[in-house]
Parts: sequence; C-alpha cells; structure tokens
Amino acid sequence: MDNSAIPQNSLVSVQNLSFSRGNKKIFDDISLEFERGKITAIMGPSGTGKTTLLKLIGGQLFPAQGTITVDGNNVHRLRRTELYNLRKRMGMLFQSGALLTDMSVFDNVAFPLREHTHLPESMIRTLVLMKLQAVGLRGARKLMPNELSGGMARRIALARAIALDPMMIMYDEPFTGQDPISKGALVHLIKSLNTILGLTSIVVSHDVHETAAIADYIYVISEGKVVGQGTPKEIEQSESEWVQQFMTGAADGPAHFHYPAKDYVDDLLSTGKRY
Amino acid sequence: MRLLPCTLNLKLMTEFLQQLGQNTRTSFTKLGRGSFFLLQTLSGTLSVLIRPRLLLNQMYSVGVLSFLIITISGLFVGMVLGLQGYYVLSDFGAEETLGVMVAASLVRELGPVVSALLFAGRAGSALTAEIGLMKATEQLSGMEMMAVDPIKRIITPRFLAGFLSMPLLAALFSAIGVIGGQMVGSGLLGVDDGAYWSQMQANMDFRDDILNGVIKSIVFGFVTSWIALFEGYDAIPTSEGVSRATTRTVVNSAFSILGLDFILTVFMFGDN
Repeated sequence: MDNSAIPQNSLVSVQNLSFSRGNKKIFDDISLEFERGKITAIMGPSGTGKTTLLKLIGGQLFPAQGTITVDGNNVHRLRRTELYNLRKRMGMLFQSGALLTDMSVFDNVAFPLREHTHLPESMIRTLVLMKLQAVGLRGARKLMPNELSGGMARRIALARAIALDPMMIMYDEPFTGQDPISKGALVHLIKSLNTILGLTSIVVSHDVHETAAIADYIYVISEGKVVGQGTPKEIEQSESEWVQQFMTGAADGPAHFHYPAKDYVDDLLSTGKRY
Repeated sequence: MRLLPCTLNLKLMTEFLQQLGQNTRTSFTKLGRGSFFLLQTLSGTLSVLIRPRLLLNQMYSVGVLSFLIITISGLFVGMVLGLQGYYVLSDFGAEETLGVMVAASLVRELGPVVSALLFAGRAGSALTAEIGLMKATEQLSGMEMMAVDPIKRIITPRFLAGFLSMPLLAALFSAIGVIGGQMVGSGLLGVDDGAYWSQMQANMDFRDDILNGVIKSIVFGFVTSWIALFEGYDAIPTSEGVSRATTRTVVNSAFSILGLDFILTVFMFGDN
C-alpha cells in the first residue's frame, strides 16, 4: 500500500473516498486528514452522512472507492481479528449513547474491560470508578440506563468509550438534544479528555458554536463534498457563501430552503392528481 | 383497436412475471442471509461454552420463565385428551387403553408441537423484540465498535438457550399432560388406575415414541430460535420494523413447526 500521500502527523487519513446508498451519493471523492492529539470536527447539515463517515472509519461500512487509514492500517483491508484489535484502540460515542439497557451504569463501563481483559474484579472496580469520576458520575453507578437523563447517558457512554484507554474517540453528534448545561459539560469533557489523555478526537456535529469552541480544525461537508476547511477562525471568515450560510444559520442561500420540486403555481393548478 | 386487449394482457403478464421474479429473489436473498447468520451463530458456540454464565442467564429467561405457561397448558391439554379419549374408547369398551392414547398423542405429537408453538409465542417473540430494539438503539453497533462480536456475545447464547430449553419444556409438557389425563381418566371417569399406567408402560416404546418426540422438539427448538433471532437481527430498526419482525417470528415459526412436524412424522412413523 502506498502510504506516501499520508502526512506524517495524521492518525486517521481518508483518501478519495466515495460511498453511495442506493442511488444517493453520500460521499463523492473526499479526502480528510485527522491529526494526532487534535480535535477535528466534521460539520454539515443533517443527512450529509456524517455518521456514515464514522462508521466507515470504524470499518462497519465498506466504501465504494478510496482508502481509510487509521494509525497506518488500511481499515478495509484488515482481517477480522486485526480490525477488532484496532477497534479496541478506537472509542466511539454514539448519538443515543448505545448503553446496554440490561446492565447498570457500572456494568456498562466495566463491559469492555470484562470482555477484553482478564483483570480481577477489584481492579475493574477501581478502573470503572476512575472513568466514572472523570465524567463526574461516580455517584450514579448503581442506576440503570433507563433512569438516566440524555446528558448523563452520553457521559456514561463516554466513560465506557475511554475504559480501554483508546488512542482516539469519535463523537457522533455529542451535543444534539442536550440542554445548555449538559452541552457545556460535554464541551468541557471533550476538550479536557483530549488534553489530559492525549487523545485524538473526531467530532461530528452540526452545533456550530459548541464545536467551533473546541475544535482545532474544521471540515464543512455538504452534498458529498468538502465545501470548506480550516481552523475555526478561518472558517468564520470563509468567503464561501455556503459556509457562511451554515455558520450563521440563514434559512435560504446556496442550500435551499425548499426541497427540489416543480413550479409552485403549476403544482397547485394541476388538479386531478392525488399527490 | 383490436390489438388493445392483447397488449393489455401482455403488460399484465410482464408485470406479474416481474413481481414474481422480484419476490423470489427477495426470498432467496433473505434465506441466504439467514443461513449465513446461522453459520455465524453456530461458530460462536465454543466461546459461549467457555463462559457458561452467559448461557445460564439466557436459559433462565428463555426456559425457566416459560415454565408456567408450559405447565398449565400441558395440564389442560392432558385433561382434554383424557376426556375425549375416554368418550371414544368407551364406545369400544377399551377405556383401559386410555393411558396409551394420552401418552402416545402427547409424546409423539402434542408435546413437541404445542410446546413449540407456545415457545414461539412466549420466548420467540420476546427474543425478536429484544434483538430488534437492541439494533434500533444502536446497542449492537456499539458493541461492534467496542470490538465485541454481537453475534457471539448476544445471539449465540440465546440461540443455544432456546435450542436446549425446547426439548426440556416439551418433556415437561408431556409429563404434566399424562398426569392431567390420569386425573380426569381415573379420578373423574373411573378408568382403573393400574390399567392406565400399566397399559402405558407396556405399549409405549422408548425409541419409537419418546426418542422421536425428543428429536422433533430439538428440531423445533432449533428452527424457532433461529427464526426469532434472525428476524430480530434483520429487522428494520424502527418501531414499525420491530413490530413487523415480531409478527413474522410468530407466523413463520408456526408454519415451520407444523410443516416440519408433518415431514418428520412421515419419516418417523410412515413405515408402520
């Protein structure tokens, strides 16, 4: 495999990636670099396949074209056991938290440790309590997932994602549907975990302010293409109309308010059709 | 104008063939996915046997929790068999053979079939809904990202639990049914108690009757667990998708149980 095109310092490298679902092209020949130790954000409107990108990086989906390299490994060329070994070093925070609903908070965080290590229970307890302390929920360890608020569930899921001390974490829409306090807590957590644990973070989000506050580098994606990239400052000053519309949240602009349709007047006057 | 009905027919015909072809293809693809799923499930057997705790937990929720419905249904089926059998047999003065009739019907047919149908309704639907919801809430995908194979960790223990519980539940069903038949036959209708048991003992064969019944219930347990888990795993991850999958589990399990029962009966009892 030719690694020469990958910059030295990048942990995850996406090159010339194309992916479609049915007839819809989700990614059309995009290339992204995620630097070690940095927080890189992928932004873009809903439905641009941001979650799909994380699943591609995690090897859950296969691209139609292009390569994804994580720490020097071509994710989609790995054997199953190699892929699983790589995944142990990748944490992922799902939008819903994806906590196992039949286990308590403690058991959820202990789950990866129990599955992948042969540590004694006393050591697992210490580790779990440390991870829970890091997200501020050590006191909630006896609760069941259905007793948690959305923000708490996401923090528990974060504690679980860092249980095996991964080299990177992928956050899928960490701020969506959170109240301002939870959002603040998550922003703080993502930033501090990244610094303290020396992680590489990939944040997929459409929450402009929260993401811009913590990201070191931002890619803005729309309709399968990268429409803007740079540091948060550069993005804010971007001259691309599209990026401006997204950052300021204008209803109409290059991204249209209306779903493509035929002429409004014609549509209203064409009677006799059901739809 | 005269050509019109002909072209219309042709169009209908093409549409019909297209539909038929498409349906056949969808069914076969699903069958293929199902078989692949089964292979993956079976390949996890060893890793489950190393951690018997996973299996025991599932045996509890799939098997032990089905105890009540199986016991009560078994008792009633046995009692009805006692009544109906007595009415028919007493016409011929053969009410002493009531024990044979009750035991043979239960061990050969009703035990495996009815308990499998109940099992599909009680445990199969629960399995489908559980797996379907785990998929819908990204728990399966989350597990995959934690480098834990959801098939080995979640599906295989449930499959083995269903497969092992079924013969035990069927045996329980038949045993309680025989007692139910005895309660009605000798307790209520006055068949001689000794005749009930001794006729049963003399005329029931271990290999022909009991073993064949056990084989049937093993097959039903295998098929029902497979269908239930696959439907859950293959469900469209929405509330509507999961509800449809649950319905399909019960319907397809019932069809498979009854169809397979006929085939198995032909092979087991066809030559005498």
